[in-house]
Amino acid sequence: MTVSVQAEDFDLGAEMTAITNGRADIGAVVSFTGLVRDMPGGSEMVLEHYPGMTEKALEKIESEARARWVLQDCRIIHRYGPLEAGAQIVLVLAASPHRQAAFEAAEFIMDFLKSRAPFWKKEAGSGWVDARDADEAALDRWA
Amino acid sequence: MQVLYFAWMRERIGLPKEEINTNAATVADLVDELKGREERYAAAFADMAAVRVAVDQELTDMGASLEGVREVAFFPPMTGG
Repeated sequence: MTVSVQAEDFDLGAEMTAITNGRADIGAVVSFTGLVRDMPGGSEMVLEHYPGMTEKALEKIESEARARWVLQDCRIIHRYGPLEAGAQIVLVLAASPHRQAAFEAAEFIMDFLKSRAPFWKKEAGSGWVDARDADEAALDRWA
Repeated sequence: MQVLYFAWMRERIGLPKEEINTNAATVADLVDELKGREERYAAAFADMAAVRVAVDQELTDMGASLEGVREVAFFPPMTGG
């Protein structure tokens, strides 16, 4: 399984090893890790999601990335529940024979994940986080 | 059908999901029906520019048909990542 939606933390090194172990045909693995930033008014946040749809939405994004680039492997982990400042939220790994495909696929996955996967952030101090127009606009470059 | 609410829509309406028997043909018809029920629904659906919908766990729009649909979810724009 290449998509996980989980409360537990994840280990970048272990996920990287799981992709590269025992094979020598991969030329590049790009990883993106999203973290909870320390925000004024409180650093804790809660991530709500839509169990069932979340996994489907992430699998769809992954399959779209695989259709656009030559990817030898791909891994998406997204956490939910209460998360403190500094905590890891999301991990995307894209493996390809060449770096450009790996970089672009990781960016594509993150861009779509931000506004097409059913997650909602609530910050302890300021309440529900508003979606940013920039996140929606970021999708246009992949059109 | 099951109707689900997430994030501030869940908070405004006061419940995460409910079973609704409706003859609404489209999502927009269902929204109108809900808004007419009680003030908390009217408040949650006051700004439709801030409401997204999924039908049977696929993102869609307010014009989507509800024929044969088992699950409809309403929520604000998503903020993952």
